[in-house]
Amino acid sequence: MATVTSDNRGLRLWTRYAVLILVAVIFVFPLLFMVMSSFKPSTQLLLDSKSLRAFLPVGDLSLQNYTDAFIRAPIGVFVFNSVLVTGVTVVLCLFVCSLAAFAFVFIDWSGKAVIFSVLLATLIIPYETIFIPLLLMASQLPWIGADGFELGWLNTYRVQIVPFIADALSIFLFVQFFKDLPKELIEACRVEGASWWTIYRKVVMPLSGPVIATAAILKFLFMYNQFLWPLMVVQEESIRPVMVGLGYFTDQLNVPWGEVMAYLTIITVPVLAFYLALQRVFIASVASTGVK
Amino acid sequence: MKTLPILAGLVISTSLAGAASAQTDLSLWYHGAGSANAEEALVNELVEEFNASQSDYVISIETFPQLAYNDAVGAAALAGELPDILDVDGPVMPNWAWAGYMQPLGIDESLLEGFLPGPIGSWNGEIYSVGLWDAAKAMTTRKSTLEKYGIRIPTLDTPWTGDEFNAALQTIAASGDFDYPLDLGMAWKGEWYPYAFSPLLQSFGGDIVDRTTYQTAEGVLNGDEAIAFGEWWQGLFEKGYAPGTSQDAADRETGLIEGKYAISWNGNWAAPAVVEAFGEDAIFLPAPDFGNRPVIGAASWQFGVSATSENPDGARAFIEFAMQDRWFTAFSDGTGLIPPTRSAAADTKFYAEGAPLEAFYGLSEGQALVRPVTPGYIVQAKVFEKALADIADGADVADTLDAAVDEINEDIENNRGYGHN
Repeated sequence: MATVTSDNRGLRLWTRYAVLILVAVIFVFPLLFMVMSSFKPSTQLLLDSKSLRAFLPVGDLSLQNYTDAFIRAPIGVFVFNSVLVTGVTVVLCLFVCSLAAFAFVFIDWSGKAVIFSVLLATLIIPYETIFIPLLLMASQLPWIGADGFELGWLNTYRVQIVPFIADALSIFLFVQFFKDLPKELIEACRVEGASWWTIYRKVVMPLSGPVIATAAILKFLFMYNQFLWPLMVVQEESIRPVMVGLGYFTDQLNVPWGEVMAYLTIITVPVLAFYLALQRVFIASVASTGVK
Repeated sequence: MKTLPILAGLVISTSLAGAASAQTDLSLWYHGAGSANAEEALVNELVEEFNASQSDYVISIETFPQLAYNDAVGAAALAGELPDILDVDGPVMPNWAWAGYMQPLGIDESLLEGFLPGPIGSWNGEIYSVGLWDAAKAMTTRKSTLEKYGIRIPTLDTPWTGDEFNAALQTIAASGDFDYPLDLGMAWKGEWYPYAFSPLLQSFGGDIVDRTTYQTAEGVLNGDEAIAFGEWWQGLFEKGYAPGTSQDAADRETGLIEGKYAISWNGNWAAPAVVEAFGEDAIFLPAPDFGNRPVIGAASWQFGVSATSENPDGARAFIEFAMQDRWFTAFSDGTGLIPPTRSAAADTKFYAEGAPLEAFYGLSEGQALVRPVTPGYIVQAKVFEKALADIADGADVADTLDAAVDEINEDIENNRGYGHN
């Protein structure tokens, strides 16, 4: 009986790994295609796309696409802009949204339930539907800067950051996570005379690693993939983000696919780096909360 | 003693600053960011020379990727942030003029004498934009191919008739020497469809919209001539004369040169590679005449003045500065595009007498017809593209064209006729 059980366990293990490898391959293939194609001339890339050669480092391989891509577009500027805008937004979003969630969960105030419901309702409104009024507002907002008082936020970093600092999804994630923290802990702190700010800073946030990672990754991906908004509000090349920069690789008729793949490979690096940095806490968060 | 030089320096720097501020800043938006050819560099050179040529205006350029350019202009118009000088695609210009993005150009029209029709952007009786170049299409093939199959080499004066063209395709297809006798460029999407294929419809006697009023497509996009065109179009794919909508993009680029196709319906921008591959054997032939007249598309990117420009005189001065043969020649030599005047063409390396692409100038001069000059074109172009793709894929011709007419007419009605006089 012991031998049979062991065989079954081995078979189950093999089956499980086979399925996992198959799923991994399905997810990895598009990335593999992108990276492999970035080393191939456009013509070969298109011909290879009809077979498994598309995923293999075969044929006429070179770094020419990367050289050409850097000539065609100021990729370093675009990546810097995207990382800056995304990084600042993520940090501010984590701070503002966690504070809001803290107020919703731990502090009693009238109208809390109604406001939270309204906030959740905004989740069903796509950003695209509010971009036009947002654009009109942004073009008239006041600002006091180095040049004194001025009207209009267009063509700035702040117009790419400020509208996205607070969002319902991040607040919702923090609220769900904070609800699972032991209430007794917070009450004990209050009895000891700790202020709300101290409890937020020294008790709640240090326990919130998983939700911080989840919210940060989701926000990072949303911000890094921004296209329509920066397209509408940014006219200067020096502050354009990576997704708008993708347009440099197409014209009316011809697309240099090899250069496109090289560009995509380059701009994927910050995303992968960010994910790998937070991977452990992100997986822990998914495992513990079921939030994806 | 040190005070005097300091004061003198202050006076001089203040004077210089005053002189500098006397120049008016103008902005120009250009669509070609990332373009692999010399066009962007030439636009920069043009602006630099204009800035150096006078002391009243200083133009600064902002470049946009073409993919996003029209949307960026739309957003800027909404926010009141349009530049002084706009770069605009010829067929899109009426829409921008109608939407209030642009103002009539008001330049000295004598500068436009001898221009090809394509680079002049007119709508409702006003000129709104002017281009420094045009583009043309031709039936591109090898002289030796036609001679091998005993096919007459057509000329601008005596192009192939529809029957001749069909017979040529049949002969080449029967030889089995090529994958397809004709490459229409079905792998290219978007504006290529109306630009390249509506001239074939027009040659049959149909059109995308009725140009007498621009208020309906009824009778022109679904009339007898249009249905005849649609059936011929569908036949090209059913008979295996041309690759359909699933054409490989790589084949579109190299199929003619690699011997997969015998004839390619392509633009002058693709011609240099063909000349390089086939030398004097390469020939560029006029569009066939399917009964109405032979037609090719026209119009490319042009410069205009935004409606909100506070310095239209400066914008006009720049555009007039650009209207010189030397610039037309420089752009043509740099990009391979067709100069707008014959006098400029005579000095270009591609379009001068005896030059390899000379035929294209004659085609632009003799066969060009601009796409429908209406603000509704941007919708009509997409409807036309879908209809032609559906017919190529086997959809019923009459039903598809009727549906396209309904969609175009509904759009015209929804936009209250698009403001045509």
